[in-house]
Amino acid sequence: MKANGHVFKYGDNVDTDVIIPARYLNATKGEELARHCMEDIDKEFVSKVQQGDIMIANKNFGCGSSREHAPLAIKCAGISCVIAETFARIFFRNAINIGLPIIECPEAAKAIQAGDEVEVDFDTGVITDKTTGQSFVGQPFPEFMQKIISAGGLIPYINEK
Amino acid sequence: MGMTMTQKILAAHAGLSEVTAGQLIEADLDLVLGNDITSPVAINEMKKMKHQTVFDRDKIALVMDHFIPNKDIKSAENCKCCRDFACKHEITNYFDVGEMGIEHALLPEKGLVVAGDAVIGADSHTCTYGALGAFSTGVGSTDMAAAMATGKAWFKVPPALRFELVGKPGEWVSGKDVILHIIGLIGVDGALYKSMEFTGEGISYLTMDDRFTICNMAIEAGGKNGIFPVDDLAIQYMKEHSKKEFTVYEADEDAVYEETYTIDLSRLKPTVSFPHLPENTKTIDEAGDIKIDQAVIGSCTNGRMDDMRAAAKVLKGRKVAKHVRCIVIPATQAIYLQAMREGLLEIFVEAGAVVSTPTCGPCLGGYMGILAAGERCISTTNRNFVGRMGHVESEVYLASPAVAAASAVLGRIACPCEL
Repeated sequence: MKANGHVFKYGDNVDTDVIIPARYLNATKGEELARHCMEDIDKEFVSKVQQGDIMIANKNFGCGSSREHAPLAIKCAGISCVIAETFARIFFRNAINIGLPIIECPEAAKAIQAGDEVEVDFDTGVITDKTTGQSFVGQPFPEFMQKIISAGGLIPYINEK
Repeated sequence: MGMTMTQKILAAHAGLSEVTAGQLIEADLDLVLGNDITSPVAINEMKKMKHQTVFDRDKIALVMDHFIPNKDIKSAENCKCCRDFACKHEITNYFDVGEMGIEHALLPEKGLVVAGDAVIGADSHTCTYGALGAFSTGVGSTDMAAAMATGKAWFKVPPALRFELVGKPGEWVSGKDVILHIIGLIGVDGALYKSMEFTGEGISYLTMDDRFTICNMAIEAGGKNGIFPVDDLAIQYMKEHSKKEFTVYEADEDAVYEETYTIDLSRLKPTVSFPHLPENTKTIDEAGDIKIDQAVIGSCTNGRMDDMRAAAKVLKGRKVAKHVRCIVIPATQAIYLQAMREGLLEIFVEAGAVVSTPTCGPCLGGYMGILAAGERCISTTNRNFVGRMGHVESEVYLASPAVAAASAVLGRIACPCEL
């Protein structure tokens, strides 16, 4: 499985309150949440994002609340993969559980620039910046998590068991 | 190899004699928690499961606390979804208007969590129950759904940081100042994926409410959980509140800690987190002249009896500054009633504050105290992210109830010692 798209880039400690502000948490549907994704730090994100695009950030991405609405909003906005130096732990779990691909890769997070075209190969963990020609290898998931991801999330994984 | 307190609880719940940091385990759960924001998503996820029955109707807690009494139609429908689910599955511990409280104040008070338990909750501040010597951590709605059905959750066994607390805190230094100081020291990802274990003789000077506040904010340092050893005070609390049997786990003497920090409580000062991260801490004497528009005293972090008493002690016989709105929110019905009996609510109202029914409302910018552009709030809550309490150009400063109350009186961020 591969992802391919243009990069939206953010800094350290992107919290779940800016990914999806609590004033929209009375909604539960992904499509509705996606309309407000990132709006408090990037008003243009929703209008510019294309299906398949990639989000890149520095350390502690997704810190704060446990709201699964955050990875859901990102996924339903069209983002195919989030690459970060590190992820906050609840966001990390939530992303795997709902089937939003995420990769920890400090080198890629540093080097890749906003707007670059990037390809991610989930089988090998290789991240290629097609704009600059650089490539990076992300942290592979333990086998157990790979099974959840390939099942499409925690619920399908449990159903298969 | 020696195990930490957290590792011992996890090993016991995974049916293993030993676990080590980094190991993936599946643990049996003693309680699964959700609220009116996260449970509807979990309930919808559960509908996708082959087995749609709950594992144990006594071991699920559904607490309506974020947007209730309902702030709008969508919130009302979310609560209705939870209510219908609770009815259908005969959930014992479903708490609605009139019985509810802010979840992390309510569950210990109702005796639903005790030492040695393993608890997950679809709310990041589920880490609060470490104060009782339980392992508890926040998860998302899908984890909650799976746990409601199976009674199990997967965990990566965390490594630990040790915080050795020594000395006796000064008059205006509370649990909130201790945890804000620690977050300022290690940063908002300083304990990422790790457990924060608190030890040392200084613990004996901390009340249970102080300990709840400290564990509550472990997540603001990125921590998986915070945990205190079980001493006589914790045992007394559990005996007063719970009929459940508890198990006391102690860290091995040779337990491995990635780092040990010694925190001298006698040297701490009231501490304030400046916008827009909890790690941006300053001591009160370094805060400078910061005018405020609102003060919020409440939340799962600081809405307990100690907090009500500390705020009342400062507000008694004084008035909230003319241009400041002061909102006091006792965290549970029992705390509300106790505050009424002690005359604290009267003190708040006489001072010009408003007193609300229990709700998470303003903490996350839901309702009951939303900020306009350019406004500043001093708050006893737990996060001061961009837009957390309202407009993206508003600001939140985190502090203890005593500091928030003194600031409400003086109209600027202030120490109660200035009054």
